[in-house]
Amino acid sequence: MTQRNRFLALAAAALAVPAILSGCAASSGASSDSDKLSVVGFSVLKTANEPVISAFQKTGAGKGVSFTTSYGASGDQSRAVAGGLHADEVHLSLQPDVQSLVDAGLVDKSWDQNATHGILTDSVVVFLVRKGNPLHIESWDDLVKPGVKVITPNPASSGSAKWNILAAWAHAEDAPGGSDAKAQEFVTKLLHNTVALPGSGSDALASFLAGNGDVLLAYENDSIEAKAAGDDVDYIVPKDTLLIENPAAVTTDASPKAQDFLDFQLSKQGQTLYAKAGFRPVISGVKTDVPGANDPRNPFPKVPHLYTIDKDFGGWDKANPEFFDDTTGIITKIIAGLNIGS
Amino acid sequence: MVSLPLPARWAVRLVVLAYVFLLVGWPMITLVQNAFADGLESFRAAFSDPDVTHSLIVTIEISLWAVAINTVFGVGMGLLLVRYEFPGKRALSALIDLPMSVSPVVIGLALLLVYNGRNGWFGPSLESHGIVVIFNSPGMIMATCFVALPLVVREVVPVLEEIGDDQEQAARSLGAGAVQVLRRVTLPAIKWAVVYGVVLTLARSLGEFGALKIVSGNLTGQTQTAPLVVEQKYNNFAQGEAYAVSFILVLISVLCILVVSLLRPKESAS
Amino acid sequence: MTSAVLSQDTRAVGRGRPGVRSTLTPGASLGLGIAMIWFSLLVLIPLAAIVATAGGEGWHGYVDTLTNPQSWAAIKLTVGQSLLVTGINVVMGTLIAWVLVRDRFWGKRLLDLVIDIPFAMPTIVAGLVLLGLYGPRGPLGINVSNTPASVTLALAFVTLPFIVRTVQPVLAELDADVEEAAASLGARRLTTLRRIVLPSIIPAVAAGAALSFARAISEYGSLVLLSGMLPYRTEVVSVRVLSFIEGGDRTSAAALATIMLGVALFVIVALDVIQRRMARRG
Repeated sequence: MTQRNRFLALAAAALAVPAILSGCAASSGASSDSDKLSVVGFSVLKTANEPVISAFQKTGAGKGVSFTTSYGASGDQSRAVAGGLHADEVHLSLQPDVQSLVDAGLVDKSWDQNATHGILTDSVVVFLVRKGNPLHIESWDDLVKPGVKVITPNPASSGSAKWNILAAWAHAEDAPGGSDAKAQEFVTKLLHNTVALPGSGSDALASFLAGNGDVLLAYENDSIEAKAAGDDVDYIVPKDTLLIENPAAVTTDASPKAQDFLDFQLSKQGQTLYAKAGFRPVISGVKTDVPGANDPRNPFPKVPHLYTIDKDFGGWDKANPEFFDDTTGIITKIIAGLNIGS
Repeated sequence: MVSLPLPARWAVRLVVLAYVFLLVGWPMITLVQNAFADGLESFRAAFSDPDVTHSLIVTIEISLWAVAINTVFGVGMGLLLVRYEFPGKRALSALIDLPMSVSPVVIGLALLLVYNGRNGWFGPSLESHGIVVIFNSPGMIMATCFVALPLVVREVVPVLEEIGDDQEQAARSLGAGAVQVLRRVTLPAIKWAVVYGVVLTLARSLGEFGALKIVSGNLTGQTQTAPLVVEQKYNNFAQGEAYAVSFILVLISVLCILVVSLLRPKESAS
Repeated sequence: MTSAVLSQDTRAVGRGRPGVRSTLTPGASLGLGIAMIWFSLLVLIPLAAIVATAGGEGWHGYVDTLTNPQSWAAIKLTVGQSLLVTGINVVMGTLIAWVLVRDRFWGKRLLDLVIDIPFAMPTIVAGLVLLGLYGPRGPLGINVSNTPASVTLALAFVTLPFIVRTVQPVLAELDADVEEAAASLGARRLTTLRRIVLPSIIPAVAAGAALSFARAISEYGSLVLLSGMLPYRTEVVSVRVLSFIEGGDRTSAAALATIMLGVALFVIVALDVIQRRMARRG
């Protein structure tokens, strides 16, 4: 045995003990412990949740509660929980990702029967543009002008990208003289102007920040965070756009503290902290300065014409298969029939 | 030894250096620049985050396990493929390269289908015996072994063939037992091939991202590995820290390679 | 790969005898058994699970996948680009190995170090850095982002080390005596290269090429930012698989994955056959 192999064997043996121990520890943590909460959320929540969790731990209900967290793309997280990842609470990008957990028996059917219909944080679809908005992009119609380069995540591989496309659809359908056919034409033109379809919202943002495209279809909270982080961008809230609603649910075998945590997140204190991270509050009476917003004092301007998935699309249960089914979805068919980027 | 005429030698050297520089060298320099863009601030911020330090420990642990397992498997398999005959050998040889061709998305799905605790093929029965594979270390080690499986084998096999088994046969005819032949003739002869394979496997294991994203559950401070932390930092607008951690990962591999390179006897040049 | 051995064996055993004979000792049999158990648990059974999931709807799943123009375009792009990059690697990888083994110049050690960096860099970081250098804000003015050339670039990056590292030990091991004997018999440099050096390294090149191709068709992380994932243009198979999974269609995802497994096996076996033919001729 060479010196190196000997060294490796020794190193492996030396680390065997902690590795095995950590293996045992992780598996024993699977049972719900009233002092441990496991929160599974979508990616941007990492920074948003940190202050919320520490604030909760300072309250009476949250004293002594320790948290395990996991953040990633909403669809990935949903599938992980369905595949056995232990979670006491899930906070995901869109309702279908929670619905699949209901179907798997991990979340109770009544999860959305609270004051906010299961929604924990809100945002809206906005246009992220280069600093100073050189192309003067103000409305959806500006996006389909010739020569405008659009980036949007791919709705097929990113659940949260579906908000963007549906917002565009709603705009065209709701316009005077609009119709399903007009909406289809509009989305087709939009996709013709698309120069990249990255797999997730974060990737799309990274691609835009690297210099691709003129405008990114983004979420207001991401845009606010990007500006707060000092990136060279501006964001435009169009006069008509879609309300993004992020649901949260407590799982069926969750510790009772999970409901306390959810209540805290929905409280004025929790919602204020989420507002500081760029999310629109889901309860009324939350007022706070938000660094990075276009106007930090008035961070969430009222959108004159706000579409919602329930009002304008009949809810996700109807819209998801109608638009995004693998083979028969309207958007799927548009993408399949295009030669994007040519 | 055949040596090229001087102009040819220079031409080859230039082409090689230009190619490697444009493809890898310059990107590496860029990584270093981005990591040190704020001086040592990104490093300080990254390392004051316990999640980052934990993730590096997890990554190194998982990688060392994967390296150990793959080295044993690789050397053993290499010997079996070259020095013995058995039915199905050609099929096995082709199958060994196959894991590298599997997309990380598919690896994650495959391991999940078999070992997940809720409805996997083996998962529920394993978990009833206390062995948790998915979202835990064993699954992560398996995913890492999966992506690097052929590396040691493919380094060892060509060298074993090239050196032939004359020395081994001579040793055997002089009365040496199988284990002695292995220890004193074969292994020393393939020493550097094994070392190359080990170094490649280590580097590959440290950088594995896609399959571990699915199999680890990305639990902050527990099963989250360094590459996953890099992505998370980047997605949460902490680019500097992301680059700092990436730099550390690459540095570890580079240091291992450097150590090996220094220990290795110089190759003969014409 | 194993071809050189097999040709040796058929010469020893005699033609006409298919190699079903086993020369395993009890110790070797035990080793093979253990190795096979591990291999099954790690690779064979999980891949079988994929194939089983794909077959959930019978042939229906495969046919649908192959007739779906977007998926078909993804397969063509992935396989085409991987073959292209493997070809590039065969040439460049051999040249690089040559320089590392037989050349001597200041900074050679640095070159040796740099070759393995593509392994060490997490793929997302690689994509990010390549995007910065060869994207819209690249200092050289070259912008390959969102074009098929970006796929070539990313794949060339991640597969760089393979052929280099499989050829390097073999070149280093080559017996100088044989080459010197050839030279003393009057063989010109090119002849020596062609008839002595090349045949010795072809198995190593083939082994590295198989690995390079396999790695290329599975690549995902570095393409995420660089390629733009445009359907019909820069969308690789991994993205299609992810789209199917995201849409809840595991059957199609598994079918596509199984097709790619088939492609990989085909190329690996083809390389083995070509290489055995060349070994027999040389």
